[in-house]
Amino acid sequence: MSEKKSCGATRREEFKDLNPVLDKYAKVPGSLITILQQAQDIYGYLSVDTINYISEATGVKPAKIYGVATFYAQFRLKPIGKYLIMLCKGTACHVNGADNIEEAVCEYLNIQDGETTEDGVFTLNNVACLGCCSLAPVMMVRSGDGNETYGNLTKDKVVQILADIRERA
Amino acid sequence: MKVVIGQGSCGIATGALKTQAEFVEQLKKQDVSVDMDLTGCVGTCYLEPIVDVYDDNGKMTRYVKVQPDRVEKIVAEHLKGGKPVEEYAITEEDQQFLAKQERVVLRHCGVIDPEHIDEYIAVGGYESARKVVTSMTQDEVIGIIKVSNLRGRGGAGFPTWFKWNAAKNNPGREKYMVCNADEGDPGAFMDRSVLEGDPHSVLEGMIIGGFAMGATEGIIYCRAEYPLAIKRLEIAMDQAREKGFLGDDIFGTGRHFDIRIKAGAGAFVCGEETALIASLEGERGMPRLKPPFPAAKGYWQLPTNINNVETYANVAWIIENGGEAFAKLGKAPSTGTKVFALAGKIKKGGLVEVPMGLKLKDVIYGIGGGIKNDRQFKAVQMGGPSGGCIPAALDDTPVTYEDIVKTGAIVGSGGMIVMDEDTCMVDMARYFLDFTKKESCGKCNYCRIGTKRMLEILERITQGKGEDGDIEKLEELAQKIKDGAMCGLGQTAPNPVLSTIRYFRNEYEDHIYRHTCTAKSCKALIHFEITDNCKGCTLCARNCPVDAISGEVKGLHVIDQEKCIKCGKCEEHCKFDAIIRK
Repeated sequence: MSEKKSCGATRREEFKDLNPVLDKYAKVPGSLITILQQAQDIYGYLSVDTINYISEATGVKPAKIYGVATFYAQFRLKPIGKYLIMLCKGTACHVNGADNIEEAVCEYLNIQDGETTEDGVFTLNNVACLGCCSLAPVMMVRSGDGNETYGNLTKDKVVQILADIRERA
Repeated sequence: MKVVIGQGSCGIATGALKTQAEFVEQLKKQDVSVDMDLTGCVGTCYLEPIVDVYDDNGKMTRYVKVQPDRVEKIVAEHLKGGKPVEEYAITEEDQQFLAKQERVVLRHCGVIDPEHIDEYIAVGGYESARKVVTSMTQDEVIGIIKVSNLRGRGGAGFPTWFKWNAAKNNPGREKYMVCNADEGDPGAFMDRSVLEGDPHSVLEGMIIGGFAMGATEGIIYCRAEYPLAIKRLEIAMDQAREKGFLGDDIFGTGRHFDIRIKAGAGAFVCGEETALIASLEGERGMPRLKPPFPAAKGYWQLPTNINNVETYANVAWIIENGGEAFAKLGKAPSTGTKVFALAGKIKKGGLVEVPMGLKLKDVIYGIGGGIKNDRQFKAVQMGGPSGGCIPAALDDTPVTYEDIVKTGAIVGSGGMIVMDEDTCMVDMARYFLDFTKKESCGKCNYCRIGTKRMLEILERITQGKGEDGDIEKLEELAQKIKDGAMCGLGQTAPNPVLSTIRYFRNEYEDHIYRHTCTAKSCKALIHFEITDNCKGCTLCARNCPVDAISGEVKGLHVIDQEKCIKCGKCEEHCKFDAIIRK
């Protein structure tokens, strides 16, 4: 919580995209997850500042918000890269060699699950299941342009896909 | 003429949108005018993208694997010339994939356009809800469901009528009808497919159930990982409101019932109903002790009923055709049909709906076409992290709640992952424990610490560091976790381990005592060798990332075991099957 607190008006200005969400949900009981989801949609992740700001608006203690945010797999407390790789580790993908795909991705990008590349292009997230089991192994790449799913991956194919994306980025 | 393109998540993943764009392009280029429509997943995922062409007499030709390069010919010869392109059409053999199924839940998936309510109404949609709300009593509805013996399709198999009746009888100023669409079992995607392909059937089921229990509001708790399902549900709800099927005056009766969506945030334990309720209330999704059951004290301490997507999708069919008709399907007391997500090492993966009681081998061979690359069928995993592995020897087990439980697995939500001789069963157990360890909410010691300890032992075994007594330790821990955990997640977490020890104890023993992996899959316990089949093409050596392979051109190559990191790239690239695992 080292970030400096600024005065009320500037803070409202700083979070101007989030204010409509808070106006709608702050006083509705049981809306914390919805607020956090929308805040993450706006800012890409939940910073300490964002959590504190939500706390002030809702009256929910920051510790509790932190507790909820860390309970669910969806929430991130660190910024992510331009492209979010969601590598499926579901059962069907596992049986069809998802571990090898992960190895190839980690080796190529030089990051581990949950990390972001130094150039800020990729973040790797292993996910439980994307529900495209018959195309296993599968990954989904999320960016500002939407979600793109890639199926029937092999080590070579996945590296080629990432190389192509990096070129575009 | 009409062109209908399958656009479920799996269709889109294989490129259905690109195919659609190419159709638009080609229709314009070749100056053809036809209607374009979309539909959900028909279940034959291995054939996507799928395009159905209806001629003016309503006769349908189904084209499979329609990548953009196939579009030009279809437009020119069929849409323009009136002659179907046989070479791209579905084969007789593949039609059997669908012909052997019995479709109740998936009756409209891949048939109607999920984004247009009129198509659902045209096939009799919302008639059951209208009949129930305008002319029946709550007890009459519950009575029909009781006769049908519909049971929870989320996995537990609890009678649906009983839950509705309990929620009806409990007093409360508000009551809630919740749909559990938090399909968290890795390897199961039937709920996603129903929500994407036929969202109205789920809404109709909720309206009927909501009436039966006296609910004032419906809530769909849907996985955030399913953006398309959420989008189609939202469209469906808007359209249902416009028609007066949802809202303040449903079917002109003055009754209020509306439905909203709450996106889950990714936690497997939220499939447990008390955890789901905590999550709906914006809290950490941790289960609590039952009783009180949600039917008495649920969402905001008020009577709440929770059913799974697939359960709801059955309801309108039952009202329309009667409880007896449903009970006739299947093998009592497991009535009706069940949708399975057939995946893994299977030739024809996808969604299959079969009457309960069909034998496992009829699903795997009869519908799924057998094992990929004609390998040996070893086992099938059912019930995901709460289930177990059923060995090939038991493949004549009928698929019913009762028979599957006897094998040590469960029907679960319907994942059916097929494994062949290359799948290591110890590694499968490790995989599921890794999952449950991560997903344990941490409330109960046995689940939180026990799953971690079991995982550590399994990791040791798969790394070749297993010790005498490990199997017994696993069994002891498993029993204690089952006894000591409060909710279903913990109580069933040891199942994958217990069932693999039960049927594949030899594999555990191979790992621990003989330091070999029976399936040749655990890297720490295998090494690669080059056989006489080697033609000296040098492809392996060129692809080896650590220069561990040496040899002359056209001469036998050798792997330096000291340098080898067992990445398997040589095996992948060898064209002569000269690289073997030992």
